[in-house]
Amino acid sequence: MTVLKASNVSIFFGGLKAVSNFNLTLNEGELVGLIGPNGAGKTTAFNILTGVYVPNEGEILFNVGQKSDEKMINLVGLKPYQITKQGIARTFQNIRLFKDLTVLDNVRIAYHFNAKYNTLDALLRTPKFFKEEAVIKEKALQLLEIFNIHHKSNELAKNLPYGEQRKLEIARALATNPKLLLLDEPAAGMNPQETNDLMKLIQFIREQFKLTILLIEHDMNLVMGICERISVLDYGQIIAEGTPAEISKNPKVIKAYLGEELDTGA
Amino acid sequence: MKIMGENINMSNHLRKGIIIFAVAILIGAIISIGIYAGIIDEYTAHIITFGAINVIIALSLNLISGFTGQLALGHAGFMAVGAYTTAVLIMQYNVPLLIAIIIGGIVTAFFGLLIGFPTLRLRGDYLAIVTLGFGEIIRVTMVYLEKLTGGAAGLKGVPAFTTVIELRPTLSFVWVYCFLVIVIILISNLIKSSPGRAIISVREDEIASNAMGINVFYYKMLAFVLSAFIAGIGGGLYAPFYRYLNPTSFNFMKSIDFIIIVVLGGMGSITGTIISGFVVTYLQEFLRFLEDFRLVIYALVLILMMLFRPTGLMGNKEFSITNLFAKIKNLLPPKDVTKEGADQ
Repeated sequence: MTVLKASNVSIFFGGLKAVSNFNLTLNEGELVGLIGPNGAGKTTAFNILTGVYVPNEGEILFNVGQKSDEKMINLVGLKPYQITKQGIARTFQNIRLFKDLTVLDNVRIAYHFNAKYNTLDALLRTPKFFKEEAVIKEKALQLLEIFNIHHKSNELAKNLPYGEQRKLEIARALATNPKLLLLDEPAAGMNPQETNDLMKLIQFIREQFKLTILLIEHDMNLVMGICERISVLDYGQIIAEGTPAEISKNPKVIKAYLGEELDTGA
Repeated sequence: MKIMGENINMSNHLRKGIIIFAVAILIGAIISIGIYAGIIDEYTAHIITFGAINVIIALSLNLISGFTGQLALGHAGFMAVGAYTTAVLIMQYNVPLLIAIIIGGIVTAFFGLLIGFPTLRLRGDYLAIVTLGFGEIIRVTMVYLEKLTGGAAGLKGVPAFTTVIELRPTLSFVWVYCFLVIVIILISNLIKSSPGRAIISVREDEIASNAMGINVFYYKMLAFVLSAFIAGIGGGLYAPFYRYLNPTSFNFMKSIDFIIIVVLGGMGSITGTIISGFVVTYLQEFLRFLEDFRLVIYALVLILMMLFRPTGLMGNKEFSITNLFAKIKNLLPPKDVTKEGADQ
């Protein structure tokens, strides 16, 4: 079943074609990697998928139906918060936690749009408010437990070590109850051991939460290790698609990453 | 013993609510009896009541600037709208005071909606500039709407809270105090809830909060309209308290006064705003003998604060009555246990 289908998506910044004719299809439960040299347009593609940028051309269809029942809606033109409500959550390349709030509050904020009480209940402290608050807190703590940071739930997010901040950001994204999770360089700044743990974690949450995952990553170990399919972006265009083995042998990809040998004609 | 048992069965939330309610009534009762019995003289009573009005408006400013992170520079304008609306409703349409104050708040909230709608979509300092302009527009409008507002000469003879002169200081305080307590409870209820966390997340990181499914514009609007409403209520209380409204008393410097209160108390701290609101109001009166030089003292206090405690008096911390009770309880020896032990 198709979860997301982006077809011929392009965006221009002035005369610069940041992403052009971007095509991507994600099937349910897949773990797909999006790679490419610096400045290839990977994060721009993410920003288009999550509504930060509105593409000039193309359409992005997202399946909001359950199981076998396909119901595609076009995401183009929706605001980021609306896209999140449809079931796409993301993390950021440069961690964007609510730094001065506690770990627990970071996750609870992501539960907000699923909270079943309104502002009036909050102002008047109705029984519904207390009941729902208890539910939110329990859910948030359960989620933190999966990431093994529940014992730090009352610490400020900025006081967590780097690796745990990355984990918290993923936990926060999961709290929005997504179908599709977009990870923007989840292993950036991690040492090999932490990267290994992260790989296991990504595999685990994918099965636990029945997620489809699209990730941008520069760490080839991670990408080749866990992705089932890889798309390669260069100068805003998809230049190759396939399994990790195919991609690592693809001459176009090698050229994009390493350049070409000069043909001296000798 | 039976009462004790019921107490334990009572939900924790209800007990906390009762403690807060009891403390609020106790403080209010002590001060109003003090004023009534003459222990607190009329001048001090005046300062306390005026301080409470300032705290109400400063709290409303803290909601938008401290908790939502959107700088607003025109709260004197909102105060003016509330004050003039209330005064005109009482004087020309004979509306009962309570209803007039609430309508004053609603009219002010409408102005908040009007200003917020175009400006809160944008990020950055646009709100600050527009609210600054709004404050001045209101002030000038009040000068020119002579029929309603008395123009530059001001609006004289607004009916006070009560016609009985002996009761006036006491009743003024009781009115303002009741509103203050309601405003404090509503704002702290809002902040410690899911919509409140959404509001704070907007201050922390708009992009992340948007990505977490939070409609940033909606929550900015909610905070701003609520802020305008409360500031309007504050103005509505100011009219029968001061009994004379003049456009010049709602100028830009008045808006700055509220900002000073919020910054000194700590952006994002309700308790900080309450403390600094009363302190600044008292200082204003106390330093009156310095005339214009008192502005130098403000500047000095602000500079010292920025040097030694840039987060303000309380930072974003809160002082909680219920926590205090819990602490006192912990300090006391566990009575029941020793009693039962002795019985055995």
